[in-house]
Formats: sequence, structure tokens, C-alpha cells
Amino acid sequence: MSGAIAKAFARAKARGEGALVAYGMAGDPDLPRSVDVFTAMVEGGADIVEVGVAFSDPIADGPVIQGAAERALKAGSTLKRVLDEVVPELHRRCPETPLVIMTYVNVIMAMGEERFAKLARERGISGVILPDLPPEESGSLRATFDASGVDLIPLCAPTTPPARAEAIAKDARGFVYCVAVAGVTGMRAELPADLSQRLELVRKASSVPVVAGFGISTREQAHTLSAHADGVVVGSALVRAAHTEGPQAARALCAEIKRGLKR
Amino acid sequence: MNTQTAVGRFGRFGGRYVPETLVPALMELEEAYAAARADPTFDAEVAQVLREFVGRPTTLTPARRLTEAWGGAHVWLKREDLAHTGAHKINNTVGQVLLARRMGKKRIIAETGAGQHGVATATACALFGLPCEVFMGALDVERQALNVFRMRALGAVVRPVESGSKTLKDAMNEAMRTWVSQVEDTHYVIGSAAGPHPYPTVVRDFQAIIGRELRTQAQAAFGKLPDAIVACVGGGSNAIGVLHPFIGDPSVRLIGVEAGGHGLDSGQHGASLTLGTEGVLHGSRSLVLQDADGQIQEAHSISAGLDYPGVGPELAHLAKTGRMEVRTATDDEALASFYEVARLEGILPALETSHAFARGRELARELGAGKYLVINCSGRGDKDVATISARGVPPAVGVKP
Repeated sequence: MSGAIAKAFARAKARGEGALVAYGMAGDPDLPRSVDVFTAMVEGGADIVEVGVAFSDPIADGPVIQGAAERALKAGSTLKRVLDEVVPELHRRCPETPLVIMTYVNVIMAMGEERFAKLARERGISGVILPDLPPEESGSLRATFDASGVDLIPLCAPTTPPARAEAIAKDARGFVYCVAVAGVTGMRAELPADLSQRLELVRKASSVPVVAGFGISTREQAHTLSAHADGVVVGSALVRAAHTEGPQAARALCAEIKRGLKR
Repeated sequence: MNTQTAVGRFGRFGGRYVPETLVPALMELEEAYAAARADPTFDAEVAQVLREFVGRPTTLTPARRLTEAWGGAHVWLKREDLAHTGAHKINNTVGQVLLARRMGKKRIIAETGAGQHGVATATACALFGLPCEVFMGALDVERQALNVFRMRALGAVVRPVESGSKTLKDAMNEAMRTWVSQVEDTHYVIGSAAGPHPYPTVVRDFQAIIGRELRTQAQAAFGKLPDAIVACVGGGSNAIGVLHPFIGDPSVRLIGVEAGGHGLDSGQHGASLTLGTEGVLHGSRSLVLQDADGQIQEAHSISAGLDYPGVGPELAHLAKTGRMEVRTATDDEALASFYEVARLEGILPALETSHAFARGRELARELGAGKYLVINCSGRGDKDVATISARGVPPAVGVKP
């Protein structure tokens, strides 16, 4: 298991803050410039970086990330190139920050589970999030990742019944990604009223940190959630900021969210 | 015969690769479906609607002039084009909408390629009074204008999808995204025997009425089971429906015909069983058209219903195990067959169906005289007349231009 993820959460906690998991799309607008975006996020205060690897058919994503995936594919982004050209450079620039790959299961299958696990480990990837791989389908992949020391981070949804949520939490690696809203990725003005309750339930069952993601884009939302979770994931808002205004906008938004995460 | 090797699995294929948000809904659907199947009143209700509204059983028609022209086996047609709304799709939408109503769902969403599944879903929703929203690739909205009108006339909302290749694959992505955000009170009627478990099983079971009727009708018409059955394959719902009841009959050759598009070497086709590789698309592991990096490739076919880069997992299993033979027909071959069938049998087959006919001639000859070949006539060509007539109509038989 990756110690880097646990350490990142512990560091944030020691500073009296929730952790910020910042998502960006590798290859948007192109591979080298996406490294600048990721770096800016870390400079802005991101504790963990989620490196998005584009997939042609992203069923869990809303229009912002879908659009970023289309741009990344046009710029020639592939899992292999992200592992060769983005991850090592990012790891060199931000050696303390755990890097997590977020993509779809077909992208990993195409490379080969074992080949990917080995490469990911070598290049400094701590964990992987696959939004279309529920626990029932994850057995073989998780065993492969476990053997390589890469965490397969599970997701928990608003529709997940309590007993299932507890089982997912108990058996989690890295952290538990609690999907805040029933829907795809993207900013929401309001988060569900029962979200804090669900977070507490998962937190109680989990031996690893618990974060909330999907729909979160403001300092206020981050502040509310940091009372009930160990951190938040911000994706679409950062992708949009970086796309329209460049890395400095992503840096500023990370800093703003981090202020919200102060406890 | 049971091809399911584990829950939701057909050999290496199948499964449930979806966002966690949808997993509980799929489990609920699986349970509700099992309960419905165990309840004789549900079967009776479906059967009654199929009889009274859909017009089942559809006929088994001898194709005498095709038989003569092809010079081989006796050719018979299973006439799904005579089902209400003009294609086999209605068998499944009636079943699923009744199931959704039983589950207390408040509204229905669906995706459609050629528009036949959209029309069939809109029809079932009108019949049972449920609101209906249909996602359709913007390109398909354009080339299937008649079906778009029909859906709207039936009260459905048609949502053109502008992303990706603007065809069926993208419509399915959008329907899934929408379902994720409305999963509590919405049922997603998938029209192909594809998607996450239990859809491939549910769709296959509702479509298997085609093959069950054919068994009885073949015995009555020519005193034995057919020697071969051929069906076109996009996602594969008409194929699995007509073929499934014969899987355990080794004397019956099962043949699927995929879209060869501009040709298998052109890179523009829909032949996922022939040239696809193992992957995960729209919730199940199957054979898909993809590049070496796992990006799904755009399919091409003159028929919107075969323009899909994946295929149902059970058909992938049947193809890989050799139980089903797989062939392809190009756009041009399908077009030629469209006219051949129109002029020899007085039937305008859908462009999808025309692919099955395109392989009929050689199959009839391979089988030889005295054998029986059944072609599943999956749908009517009315919806395709704009596409087809745009290429110019060849002169009539025996009439000088």
C-alpha cells in the first residue's frame, strides 16, 4: 500500500486542514502544458493530484471534463504518453505530492493490467481511480495493483445502500472517494442535505481517509464538507479555470479552496 | 440453452462496468426482473399486449422468387417488419416498460440509432402513459428524420446528441449520463442486447419470442427446424432474439451478418465481432472496435442501426466459441439487396435487414436444394427511403429507361 497518500492526508490534518485532491486532464491543452497546470495546482495547495487520462466514452463525466478529454485526445494524449511524459516530470517537480491516475477501465485493459501496474509503480503513481469499475468487477485488477503497491481507490455513491457503503469503506485502499451527488462530474450550486450523514457513515467504517467529490467548486462547499470528510476533490471547476484562464487560475482556485478547508 | 456461465457473464464477456451510482439500480432491476419472470401474471400481461397491440405472432413467409433466383435452399422470412412500429424493437420495449411500471418508475429514457428503438419505446410509453425522453446522435437525427417525427408525434422528447461521432454510441453515453442523475425514479430502456448486466439477458429474453415462434412455425411450414438462420448484427438484439432458442440445436446453423461499411480494410465499418478486440464499452465487457490505446473507434454503416462499435456480450461469446458464424456485408451489398428483395418479394427491408439478405444468396447455395434457410426480417425500410433514394433509384425490371 502506498504510504504517500496516507502521509499527504496526515500532513494536511497536522496543519488543521482538510486535504485538497485536485483533478486535471493530462494533455489539455497538450501534454507539456498540462504538467504546468498540475504543478500550479500543487503550488496553490493541492495535497494530492488526480491525473485524468482521457477516454473517448466517459460515461461518469459531465460536459466540462468530457470536453477536456476530447481536447486531450486531439492533442495525442494516451495512457502510455501520460506515464512517459507527464507523470515523471510532475513527480520531479512535486516529489512530495502523491499522484493518482483517474481514467476508465478500458484504457487500463488496453495497456494490460500488469504492464500498467508495473509502469505506474515505476513512474511514481500511488493510486488509481476507475469510475466504471464497481467492487464486483475489481477483483483481479485490485490483486494486480496490490502486488505492485498501487492503491485501487474505491468509489461510494449517494445511491449506495449503507451496508454496501460500509463494506466498500472497510476494504478500501488509499482513500474512499465519496461521490457527493447522484450524477456526473460537474459544478453544482447545492449539495444534497444528507451528504454529511453519508460521509460520517463511511468514515466510521473506513480505515483510510474519506473524501467527497463531484459537484464541489467553492470555498464554502469545501468548508462545510471539511467537517465531515478528510478532504474534497475538485475537478470540473479546475479544468474549466485552467482551460479558460491558464495555470495561474487553477493555482488561485486551489488556494481559495484550501482556505475553505481550514478547520 | 443456458449460455450464461456466471451471473451476468457469457464466458469472458458481460459484467457490470458502470459508475457505482448505477449499481444499486441495476441490482434492483435484476431482482424486479427475476420476480416478474417468476410471476405468471407478468408473462400473461406481456403476451396479451404482444398479441393485441404488436400483432404477434409475426408470420413466417416463403420467399419463392428469392429461392428461385438464388438457386439453392428454400428461403423463408421471419417477418418482424410486420410487428407494430415496423421492427422487432417493440418486443423488448413493451416488456421493459411493463417492467418499469411494475417497479414504480415515473419516467423512461432510451437511446436510439436508426430510431426504431426510439419509436418503439415512445410507442410503449404512449400506450402505458409514461413520459419518455430519447437520446439520438445528431447525425442520426438528420438521416432518420421520419423516425424523429414519429417519436415526437408519440409524445416523446428527442434529445440530439452532439458529442463524439454523433451516432448511437454517443447517444448511449448521454443516456447513461442522464440516467446516473435520475436513477431513483427513471428506467433506462436499453434496446440492444448490450449494456451492463442484467440488460443483455432482459433484452434477449424479451426478443427470444422471435425464435420461439419460429420453432413452431418452421415445424408447421416445412416439418422441421431450419437448417440455417441468418440475422443482421449491430448491438445484436434481433440476432440474439431469433438465434437464442436454437443454440442447443446443433443441426441449425446460426449466422450473424455485420456491417462491412466501405469494406473491412477501409477502417470504416461496424464489424466488431469480426475485427473487434476485447474491451469494455457501455457497461459490459465484449468485443469492441478500439485503437491500441483503448479509445473506442467510430463505426460506420449506411444503416444507422448497425453503426455501433460494440456488440452484445452473449453474441461475442457465441462468436468466439464458434456456435455462431459471423459474416459481413458492405454498404453497397446491402443497397443491392434492398432492391433485390423489394423487386423479387415486394418487401422493402430496412437497411439493417438488407445486410442479412446480402449474405442470403451464398448461404442458400452453400446449403443447397432441399434445405431451409430463414432470414430474420428485422425491420421495414420505410425509415431508410431518404438515405436510399438520395443515391438514385435503379431502373425498373424490364422497363427501358
